[in-house]
Amino acid sequence: MVRVVFTPNLERHLSCPEATVSGDSVREALDAVFETDQQLRGYILDDQSRLRQHMVIFVDGKTIVDRVHLSDSISPNSEIYVMQALSGG
Amino acid sequence: MSSQIHIATRKGLFQLDRSSSGWSLGRHDFHGEHVSMVLKDHRDGTTYAALNHGHFGVKLHRSNDDGKNWEECAVPVYPEGATIGAGPFSTDGKPKPASLSEIWALEPGGPDQPNRLWCGTIPGGLFRSDDCGSSWQLVESFWDLPERQHWFGGGKDDPGIHSICVHPENSQQVAVSISCGGVWVTKDDGASWTCKADGIRAEYVPPDQAYDPNIQDVHCLVQSPSHPDFYWAQHHNGVFRTTDGANSWQEITTIQPSGFGFAVAVHPKQPDTAWFVPAIKDECRIPIDGKFVIARTTDGGLTSEVLTNGLPQEYAYDIVYRHALDVDQTGECLVTGSTTGNLWISEDGGDSWQTISTTLPPIYCVRFAKS
Repeated sequence: MVRVVFTPNLERHLSCPEATVSGDSVREALDAVFETDQQLRGYILDDQSRLRQHMVIFVDGKTIVDRVHLSDSISPNSEIYVMQALSGG
Repeated sequence: MSSQIHIATRKGLFQLDRSSSGWSLGRHDFHGEHVSMVLKDHRDGTTYAALNHGHFGVKLHRSNDDGKNWEECAVPVYPEGATIGAGPFSTDGKPKPASLSEIWALEPGGPDQPNRLWCGTIPGGLFRSDDCGSSWQLVESFWDLPERQHWFGGGKDDPGIHSICVHPENSQQVAVSISCGGVWVTKDDGASWTCKADGIRAEYVPPDQAYDPNIQDVHCLVQSPSHPDFYWAQHHNGVFRTTDGANSWQEITTIQPSGFGFAVAVHPKQPDTAWFVPAIKDECRIPIDGKFVIARTTDGGLTSEVLTNGLPQEYAYDIVYRHALDVDQTGECLVTGSTTGNLWISEDGGDSWQTISTTLPPIYCVRFAKS
Protein backbone atom coordinates (compact mmCIF):
# COMPACT_ATOMS: atom_id res chain seq x y z
CA MET A 1 0.00 0.00 0.00
CA VAL A 2 1.09 3.56 -0.70
CA ARG A 3 1.64 5.91 2.22
CA VAL A 4 0.54 9.53 1.70
CA VAL A 5 1.75 12.20 4.13
CA PHE A 6 0.69 15.84 4.15
CA THR A 7 2.56 18.90 5.36
CA PRO A 8 1.69 19.58 9.02
CA ASN A 9 1.07 23.21 8.05
CA LEU A 10 -2.22 22.09 6.60
CA GLU A 11 -3.43 21.21 10.08
CA ARG A 12 -4.00 24.93 10.68
CA HIS A 13 -6.83 24.74 8.20
CA LEU A 14 -8.22 21.23 8.23
CA SER A 15 -7.53 17.72 9.40
CA CYS A 16 -5.31 15.68 7.09
CA PRO A 17 -3.88 12.61 8.78
CA GLU A 18 -1.55 10.41 6.80
CA ALA A 19 -3.33 7.90 4.61
CA THR A 20 -2.69 4.46 3.18
CA VAL A 21 -4.13 3.90 -0.27
CA SER A 22 -3.55 2.03 -3.49
CA GLY A 23 -2.86 3.26 -7.01
CA ASP A 24 -0.41 3.21 -9.89
CA SER A 25 0.13 6.96 -10.22
CA VAL A 26 0.24 10.01 -8.00
CA ARG A 27 -3.15 11.02 -9.38
CA GLU A 28 -4.72 7.71 -8.49
CA ALA A 29 -3.28 7.75 -5.00
CA LEU A 30 -4.42 11.29 -4.27
CA ASP A 31 -7.86 10.67 -5.76
CA ALA A 32 -8.20 7.78 -3.35
CA VAL A 33 -7.49 10.12 -0.44
CA PHE A 34 -9.74 12.88 -1.75
CA GLU A 35 -12.60 10.45 -2.26
CA THR A 36 -13.29 10.78 1.42
CA ASP A 37 -12.15 14.38 1.81
CA GLN A 38 -13.12 16.74 -1.00
CA GLN A 39 -12.21 19.80 1.03
CA LEU A 40 -8.60 18.64 1.27
CA ARG A 41 -8.52 18.32 -2.51
CA GLY A 42 -9.05 22.07 -2.88
CA TYR A 43 -6.03 22.81 -0.70
CA ILE A 44 -3.69 20.64 -2.79
CA LEU A 45 -5.05 20.99 -6.32
CA ASP A 46 -6.39 24.07 -8.07
CA ASP A 47 -9.77 24.28 -9.78
CA GLN A 48 -8.26 22.78 -12.94
CA SER A 49 -7.02 19.75 -10.95
CA ARG A 50 -3.37 20.74 -11.28
CA LEU A 51 -0.96 20.77 -8.38
CA ARG A 52 -1.15 24.24 -6.82
CA GLN A 53 1.65 26.54 -7.84
CA HIS A 54 3.28 26.68 -4.43
CA MET A 55 2.91 23.03 -3.54
CA VAL A 56 5.36 20.25 -4.26
CA ILE A 57 5.02 16.45 -4.14
CA PHE A 58 7.86 14.04 -3.41
CA VAL A 59 7.61 10.37 -4.38
CA ASP A 60 10.24 8.23 -2.72
CA GLY A 61 12.44 11.26 -2.25
CA LYS A 62 12.12 12.77 -5.73
CA THR A 63 9.84 15.58 -6.83
CA ILE A 64 7.21 14.65 -9.37
CA VAL A 65 7.63 15.78 -12.97
CA ASP A 66 4.04 16.07 -14.12
CA ARG A 67 2.40 18.82 -12.06
CA VAL A 68 -0.57 19.05 -14.44
CA HIS A 69 -1.78 15.47 -14.80
CA LEU A 70 0.09 13.96 -11.82
CA SER A 71 0.90 10.97 -13.99
CA ASP A 72 4.17 10.08 -12.25
CA SER A 73 4.11 6.39 -11.53
CA ILE A 74 4.35 4.92 -8.06
CA SER A 75 5.05 1.47 -6.73
CA PRO A 76 3.02 -0.42 -4.12
CA ASN A 77 5.48 0.56 -1.40
CA SER A 78 5.92 4.20 -2.39
CA GLU A 79 5.80 7.08 0.04
CA ILE A 80 4.19 10.30 -1.18
CA TYR A 81 4.90 13.52 0.67
CA VAL A 82 2.69 16.52 -0.14
CA MET A 83 4.60 19.58 0.98
CA GLN A 84 4.75 23.34 0.61
CA ALA A 85 7.23 24.68 -1.89
CA LEU A 86 9.65 27.23 -0.49
CA SER A 87 7.91 30.53 -0.92
CA GLY A 88 6.02 32.97 1.18
CA GLY A 89 6.51 36.10 3.19
CA MET B 1 -24.00 55.93 12.88
CA SER B 2 -22.56 52.46 12.27
CA SER B 3 -20.74 50.93 15.20
CA GLN B 4 -18.84 48.06 13.58
CA ILE B 5 -16.18 48.02 10.87
CA HIS B 6 -14.29 45.09 9.40
CA ILE B 7 -10.68 45.51 8.27
CA ALA B 8 -9.28 42.94 5.82
CA THR B 9 -5.49 42.89 5.83
CA ARG B 10 -2.45 40.98 4.65
CA LYS B 11 -2.30 39.28 8.04
CA GLY B 12 -5.85 38.68 9.11
CA LEU B 13 -9.29 40.14 9.65
CA PHE B 14 -9.75 42.80 12.30
CA GLN B 15 -12.92 44.20 13.79
CA LEU B 16 -13.31 47.76 14.93
CA ASP B 17 -16.09 48.56 17.37
CA ARG B 18 -17.52 51.83 18.59
CA SER B 19 -18.48 52.23 22.24
CA SER B 20 -19.22 55.25 24.40
CA SER B 21 -15.47 55.82 24.70
CA GLY B 22 -14.88 55.74 20.97
CA TRP B 23 -13.50 53.32 18.41
CA SER B 24 -11.29 50.41 19.40
CA LEU B 25 -9.85 47.35 17.68
CA GLY B 26 -11.43 44.12 18.84
CA ARG B 27 -11.53 40.71 17.22
CA HIS B 28 -8.61 39.47 15.12
CA ASP B 29 -9.48 36.38 13.09
CA PHE B 30 -7.47 34.37 10.56
CA HIS B 31 -4.13 35.30 12.13
CA GLY B 32 -1.45 35.73 9.53
CA GLU B 33 -3.71 35.02 6.59
CA HIS B 34 -4.22 37.22 3.55
CA VAL B 35 -7.84 38.38 3.67
CA SER B 36 -8.74 39.84 0.30
CA MET B 37 -12.40 40.72 0.90
CA VAL B 38 -14.90 40.91 3.74
CA LEU B 39 -18.64 41.41 3.75
CA LYS B 40 -21.19 41.59 6.50
CA ASP B 41 -24.50 40.89 4.82
CA HIS B 42 -26.97 43.34 6.35
CA ARG B 43 -29.90 41.11 5.38
CA ASP B 44 -29.12 38.24 7.74
CA GLY B 45 -26.01 39.33 9.64
CA THR B 46 -23.71 36.70 8.10
CA THR B 47 -20.09 37.75 7.82
CA TYR B 48 -18.00 36.46 4.91
CA ALA B 49 -14.21 36.51 4.69
CA ALA B 50 -12.28 35.59 1.56
CA LEU B 51 -8.81 34.21 2.22
CA ASN B 52 -5.93 33.84 -0.15
CA HIS B 53 -3.55 31.26 1.24
CA GLY B 54 -0.17 31.59 -0.40
CA HIS B 55 0.18 27.84 -0.76
CA PHE B 56 -3.30 26.40 -0.46
CA GLY B 57 -5.38 28.66 -2.67
CA VAL B 58 -8.45 30.85 -2.27
CA LYS B 59 -11.02 29.98 0.40
CA LEU B 60 -14.25 31.53 1.65
CA HIS B 61 -15.42 31.39 5.25
CA ARG B 62 -18.65 32.58 6.83
CA SER B 63 -19.81 33.27 10.36
CA ASN B 64 -23.30 33.61 11.75
CA ASP B 65 -22.20 34.87 15.15
CA ASP B 66 -19.98 37.88 14.45
CA GLY B 67 -16.81 35.87 14.06
CA LYS B 68 -16.99 33.68 17.14
CA ASN B 69 -17.23 30.65 14.88
CA TRP B 70 -16.31 30.35 11.21
CA GLU B 71 -17.09 27.64 8.72
CA GLU B 72 -15.50 27.15 5.33
CA CYS B 73 -17.98 27.31 2.47
CA ALA B 74 -17.58 26.88 -1.27
CA VAL B 75 -15.49 28.99 -3.62
CA PRO B 76 -16.17 29.78 -7.27
CA VAL B 77 -14.81 27.15 -9.65
CA TYR B 78 -14.23 27.71 -13.33
CA PRO B 79 -15.55 25.04 -15.67
CA GLU B 80 -13.04 22.40 -16.70
CA GLY B 81 -11.04 23.63 -19.63
CA ALA B 82 -12.07 27.28 -19.19
CA THR B 83 -9.48 29.75 -20.38
CA ILE B 84 -8.84 33.44 -20.19
CA GLY B 85 -7.95 35.32 -23.34
CA ALA B 86 -4.38 35.31 -24.54
CA GLY B 87 -4.32 39.04 -23.85
CA PRO B 88 -1.82 41.56 -25.03
CA PHE B 89 0.90 40.36 -22.66
CA SER B 90 0.81 36.64 -23.36
CA THR B 91 4.25 35.27 -24.10
CA ASP B 92 3.14 32.49 -26.40
CA GLY B 93 -0.14 33.81 -27.79
CA LYS B 94 -2.11 30.96 -26.25
CA PRO B 95 -5.04 31.33 -23.86
CA LYS B 96 -4.22 30.60 -20.22
CA PRO B 97 -6.26 28.14 -18.16
CA ALA B 98 -8.69 29.98 -15.91
CA SER B 99 -7.98 29.31 -12.28
CA LEU B 100 -9.22 31.24 -9.27
CA SER B 101 -6.48 33.48 -7.94
CA GLU B 102 -8.48 35.97 -5.87
CA ILE B 103 -11.95 36.84 -4.65
CA TRP B 104 -11.95 40.55 -5.37
CA ALA B 105 -15.59 41.56 -4.97
CA LEU B 106 -18.39 40.20 -2.81
CA GLU B 107 -21.81 41.81 -2.60
CA PRO B 108 -25.27 40.81 -1.39
CA GLY B 109 -28.14 40.57 -3.85
CA GLY B 110 -31.28 42.60 -3.43
CA PRO B 111 -33.81 42.30 -0.63
CA ASP B 112 -35.96 40.07 -2.82
CA GLN B 113 -33.02 37.65 -3.23
CA PRO B 114 -32.33 36.78 0.41
CA ASN B 115 -29.67 34.13 -0.20
CA ARG B 116 -28.05 35.73 -3.25
CA LEU B 117 -24.40 36.72 -3.28
CA TRP B 118 -22.45 38.12 -6.20
CA CYS B 119 -18.74 37.44 -6.43
CA GLY B 120 -16.14 38.96 -8.73
CA THR B 121 -12.85 37.21 -9.20
CA ILE B 122 -9.46 37.35 -10.76
CA PRO B 123 -9.27 36.20 -13.57
CA GLY B 124 -12.39 38.12 -14.54
CA GLY B 125 -15.17 35.73 -13.60
CA LEU B 126 -18.55 36.77 -12.25
CA PHE B 127 -20.22 34.18 -10.05
CA ARG B 128 -23.41 34.09 -8.05
CA SER B 129 -24.64 32.02 -5.18
CA ASP B 130 -28.27 31.55 -4.19
CA ASP B 131 -27.48 29.62 -1.03
CA CYS B 132 -25.28 32.01 0.94
CA GLY B 133 -22.03 30.68 -0.50
CA SER B 134 -22.71 26.96 -0.17
CA SER B 135 -22.38 26.70 -3.95
CA TRP B 136 -21.46 29.03 -6.80
CA GLN B 137 -22.46 29.29 -10.44
CA LEU B 138 -20.42 31.01 -13.10
CA VAL B 139 -22.51 33.67 -14.86
CA GLU B 140 -21.96 32.16 -18.27
CA SER B 141 -23.67 34.99 -20.15
CA PHE B 142 -20.91 37.25 -18.85
CA TRP B 143 -18.09 34.75 -19.25
CA ASP B 144 -19.12 34.06 -22.85
CA LEU B 145 -18.98 37.69 -23.95
CA PRO B 146 -16.62 37.84 -26.93
CA GLU B 147 -15.38 41.17 -25.61
CA ARG B 148 -13.88 39.36 -22.62
CA GLN B 149 -11.07 38.14 -24.84
CA HIS B 150 -9.81 41.73 -25.01
CA TRP B 151 -9.74 42.41 -21.27
CA PHE B 152 -6.35 42.54 -19.61
CA GLY B 153 -4.84 42.99 -16.19
CA GLY B 154 -4.12 46.33 -14.56
CA GLY B 155 -2.16 46.06 -11.34
CA LYS B 156 -2.72 42.31 -11.42
CA ASP B 157 -1.48 39.96 -14.12
CA ASP B 158 -4.97 38.96 -15.22
CA PRO B 159 -8.20 40.95 -15.55
CA GLY B 160 -10.33 41.08 -12.43
CA ILE B 161 -13.83 42.09 -11.35
CA HIS B 162 -13.52 44.40 -8.37
CA SER B 163 -16.81 46.30 -8.23
CA ILE B 164 -20.38 44.99 -8.24
CA CYS B 165 -23.23 47.47 -7.75
CA VAL B 166 -26.70 46.01 -7.21
CA HIS B 167 -29.40 48.57 -7.95
CA PRO B 168 -30.99 49.43 -4.59
CA GLU B 169 -34.55 49.40 -5.96
CA ASN B 170 -34.28 46.81 -8.73
CA SER B 171 -32.13 43.82 -7.95
CA GLN B 172 -32.34 42.66 -11.58
CA GLN B 173 -30.04 45.53 -12.51
CA VAL B 174 -26.39 45.05 -11.65
CA ALA B 175 -23.34 47.02 -12.76
CA VAL B 176 -19.90 45.41 -12.79
CA SER B 177 -16.53 46.94 -13.48
CA ILE B 178 -13.30 45.28 -14.45
CA SER B 179 -9.63 46.14 -14.51
CA CYS B 180 -9.26 46.37 -17.44
CA GLY B 181 -12.60 45.78 -19.12
CA GLY B 182 -14.84 48.80 -18.58
CA VAL B 183 -18.28 48.87 -16.97
CA TRP B 184 -20.97 46.33 -17.80
CA VAL B 185 -24.64 46.46 -16.86
CA THR B 186 -27.35 43.82 -16.80
CA LYS B 187 -31.01 44.72 -16.41
CA ASP B 188 -32.33 41.17 -16.47
CA ASP B 189 -30.53 39.56 -13.54
CA GLY B 190 -27.53 38.57 -15.58
CA ALA B 191 -29.19 37.13 -18.66
CA SER B 192 -27.67 39.78 -20.92
CA TRP B 193 -25.02 42.46 -20.57
CA THR B 194 -24.15 45.79 -22.17
CA CYS B 195 -20.87 47.66 -21.97
CA LYS B 196 -21.61 51.06 -20.47
CA ALA B 197 -18.38 53.02 -20.46
CA ASP B 198 -19.02 55.59 -23.20
CA GLY B 199 -17.20 58.76 -22.35
CA ILE B 200 -14.59 57.18 -20.11
CA ARG B 201 -11.15 57.95 -21.46
CA ALA B 202 -7.81 56.18 -21.19
CA GLU B 203 -4.97 58.54 -22.02
CA TYR B 204 -2.33 55.82 -21.72
CA VAL B 205 -3.32 53.88 -24.85
CA PRO B 206 -2.97 54.90 -28.50
CA PRO B 207 -5.26 57.87 -29.20
CA ASP B 208 -7.64 55.98 -31.47
CA GLN B 209 -8.37 53.53 -28.63
CA ALA B 210 -8.66 56.07 -25.83
CA TYR B 211 -12.45 55.91 -25.71
CA ASP B 212 -12.80 52.16 -26.32
CA PRO B 213 -15.28 51.28 -23.54
CA ASN B 214 -14.14 47.67 -23.31
CA ILE B 215 -10.55 48.37 -22.25
CA GLN B 216 -11.13 51.04 -19.62
CA ASP B 217 -9.28 50.57 -16.34
CA VAL B 218 -11.91 51.57 -13.83
CA HIS B 219 -10.25 51.16 -10.43
CA CYS B 220 -13.47 51.36 -8.44
CA LEU B 221 -17.16 51.90 -9.19
CA VAL B 222 -19.80 53.03 -6.69
CA GLN B 223 -23.50 53.73 -7.09
CA SER B 224 -25.48 56.37 -5.25
CA PRO B 225 -27.93 54.60 -2.92
CA SER B 226 -30.37 57.51 -3.03
CA HIS B 227 -30.06 58.31 -6.76
CA PRO B 228 -29.16 55.00 -8.43
CA ASP B 229 -28.65 56.56 -11.86
CA PHE B 230 -25.61 58.32 -10.41
CA TYR B 231 -22.38 56.34 -10.42
CA TRP B 232 -18.89 57.54 -9.59
CA ALA B 233 -15.80 55.84 -11.01
CA GLN B 234 -12.20 56.24 -9.93
CA HIS B 235 -10.32 55.38 -13.11
CA HIS B 236 -6.64 54.92 -13.80
CA ASN B 237 -6.37 58.31 -15.36
CA GLY B 238 -9.02 60.25 -13.54
CA VAL B 239 -12.43 60.50 -12.00
CA PHE B 240 -15.63 59.99 -14.01
CA ARG B 241 -19.31 60.32 -13.21
CA THR B 242 -22.58 59.43 -14.84
CA THR B 243 -26.02 60.77 -13.97
CA ASP B 244 -28.00 58.71 -16.47
CA GLY B 245 -27.46 55.15 -15.37
CA ALA B 246 -24.07 54.75 -17.04
CA ASN B 247 -25.35 55.60 -20.51
CA SER B 248 -22.86 58.47 -20.71
CA TRP B 249 -19.93 59.44 -18.55
CA GLN B 250 -18.33 62.79 -17.87
CA GLU B 251 -14.74 63.29 -16.83
CA ILE B 252 -14.26 65.21 -13.57
CA THR B 253 -11.01 67.16 -13.71
CA THR B 254 -11.32 69.22 -10.56
CA ILE B 255 -10.31 66.64 -7.96
CA GLN B 256 -7.30 68.01 -6.08
CA PRO B 257 -4.42 67.45 -5.71
CA SER B 258 -4.68 64.63 -8.25
CA GLY B 259 -7.29 62.73 -10.18
CA PHE B 260 -5.35 59.48 -9.78
CA GLY B 261 -6.24 57.01 -7.07
CA PHE B 262 -7.95 53.73 -6.44
CA ALA B 263 -10.80 54.31 -4.02
CA VAL B 264 -14.04 56.26 -4.18
CA ALA B 265 -17.00 56.51 -1.81
CA VAL B 266 -20.32 58.22 -2.46
CA HIS B 267 -22.59 59.84 0.12
CA PRO B 268 -25.64 57.66 0.88
CA LYS B 269 -28.10 60.55 0.51
CA GLN B 270 -26.30 63.19 -1.53
CA PRO B 271 -25.29 61.86 -4.96
CA ASP B 272 -23.12 64.90 -5.68
CA THR B 273 -20.90 64.24 -2.66
CA ALA B 274 -18.01 61.81 -3.06
CA TRP B 275 -14.60 61.17 -1.52
CA PHE B 276 -11.31 60.11 -3.12
CA VAL B 277 -7.74 59.39 -2.01
CA PRO B 278 -5.42 61.13 -4.50
CA ALA B 279 -1.91 59.99 -5.31
CA ILE B 280 0.82 60.28 -7.92
CA LYS B 281 -0.11 58.09 -10.81
CA ASP B 282 1.40 55.15 -12.64
CA GLU B 283 4.64 53.66 -11.37
CA CYS B 284 5.04 56.07 -8.46
CA ARG B 285 1.81 55.55 -6.53
CA ILE B 286 2.55 57.58 -3.42
CA PRO B 287 0.84 60.65 -1.95
CA ILE B 288 1.85 63.94 -3.51
CA ASP B 289 4.70 65.63 -1.59
CA GLY B 290 4.42 63.01 1.18
CA LYS B 291 1.11 64.52 2.32
CA PHE B 292 -1.74 62.06 2.86
CA VAL B 293 -5.06 63.72 2.04
CA ILE B 294 -8.66 62.91 1.24
CA ALA B 295 -10.41 64.81 -1.54
CA ARG B 296 -14.10 65.62 -1.34
CA THR B 297 -16.55 67.13 -3.75
CA THR B 298 -20.03 68.20 -2.69
CA ASP B 299 -21.21 69.65 -5.99
CA GLY B 300 -20.89 66.79 -8.41
CA GLY B 301 -17.28 67.52 -9.21
CA LEU B 302 -17.55 71.22 -10.09
CA THR B 303 -15.15 71.87 -7.22
CA SER B 304 -13.26 69.79 -4.69
CA GLU B 305 -11.74 70.25 -1.25
CA VAL B 306 -8.51 68.79 0.10
CA LEU B 307 -9.08 67.40 3.60
CA THR B 308 -6.02 67.21 5.84
CA ASN B 309 -7.11 67.69 9.45
CA GLY B 310 -5.73 64.76 11.45
CA LEU B 311 -3.95 63.18 8.49
CA PRO B 312 -0.13 62.99 8.23
CA GLN B 313 1.26 65.86 6.17
CA GLU B 314 4.88 64.82 5.88
CA TYR B 315 6.72 61.59 5.13
CA ALA B 316 3.48 59.79 4.34
CA TYR B 317 3.74 57.16 1.62
CA ASP B 318 0.43 55.40 2.17
CA ILE B 319 -1.61 54.11 -0.72
CA VAL B 320 -5.28 53.31 -0.22
CA TYR B 321 -6.46 50.39 -2.32
CA ARG B 322 -9.82 50.40 -4.08
CA HIS B 323 -11.79 48.71 -1.31
CA ALA B 324 -10.15 50.54 1.57
CA LEU B 325 -12.39 53.61 1.82
CA ASP B 326 -15.96 53.39 3.04
CA VAL B 327 -18.73 55.63 4.30
CA ASP B 328 -21.56 54.66 6.61
CA GLN B 329 -25.27 55.12 6.06
CA THR B 330 -25.36 58.57 7.63
CA GLY B 331 -22.69 59.94 5.33
CA GLU B 332 -20.91 61.36 8.35
CA CYS B 333 -18.62 58.49 9.33
CA LEU B 334 -15.79 57.46 7.01
CA VAL B 335 -13.01 54.94 7.40
CA THR B 336 -9.89 54.41 5.35
CA GLY B 337 -6.85 52.18 5.69
CA SER B 338 -3.58 52.09 3.83
CA THR B 339 -0.87 49.83 2.53
CA THR B 340 1.29 51.11 5.38
CA GLY B 341 -1.09 49.81 8.02
CA ASN B 342 -2.51 53.16 9.01
CA LEU B 343 -6.20 53.33 9.83
CA TRP B 344 -8.15 56.56 10.10
CA ILE B 345 -11.76 57.43 10.92
CA SER B 346 -13.76 60.60 10.46
CA GLU B 347 -17.09 61.27 12.13
CA ASP B 348 -17.76 64.60 10.43
CA GLY B 349 -17.82 63.73 6.76
CA GLY B 350 -14.06 63.98 6.37
CA ASP B 351 -13.54 67.42 7.94
CA SER B 352 -11.35 65.87 10.64
CA TRP B 353 -9.75 62.46 11.11
CA GLN B 354 -8.55 60.41 14.05
CA THR B 355 -5.82 57.81 13.83
CA ILE B 356 -6.95 54.39 15.02
CA SER B 357 -3.70 52.53 14.34
CA THR B 358 -0.36 53.01 12.65
CA THR B 359 0.78 49.42 13.01
CA LEU B 360 -1.72 47.19 11.23
CA PRO B 361 -0.67 44.96 8.34
CA PRO B 362 -1.23 46.27 4.80
CA ILE B 363 -4.96 46.97 4.51
CA TYR B 364 -6.95 45.67 1.54
CA CYS B 365 -10.53 46.37 2.48
CA VAL B 366 -12.51 48.33 5.07
CA ARG B 367 -16.27 47.97 5.37
CA PHE B 368 -18.91 49.27 7.71
CA ALA B 369 -21.40 46.72 8.94
CA LYS B 370 -24.52 48.32 7.58
CA SER B 371 -28.03 47.64 8.77
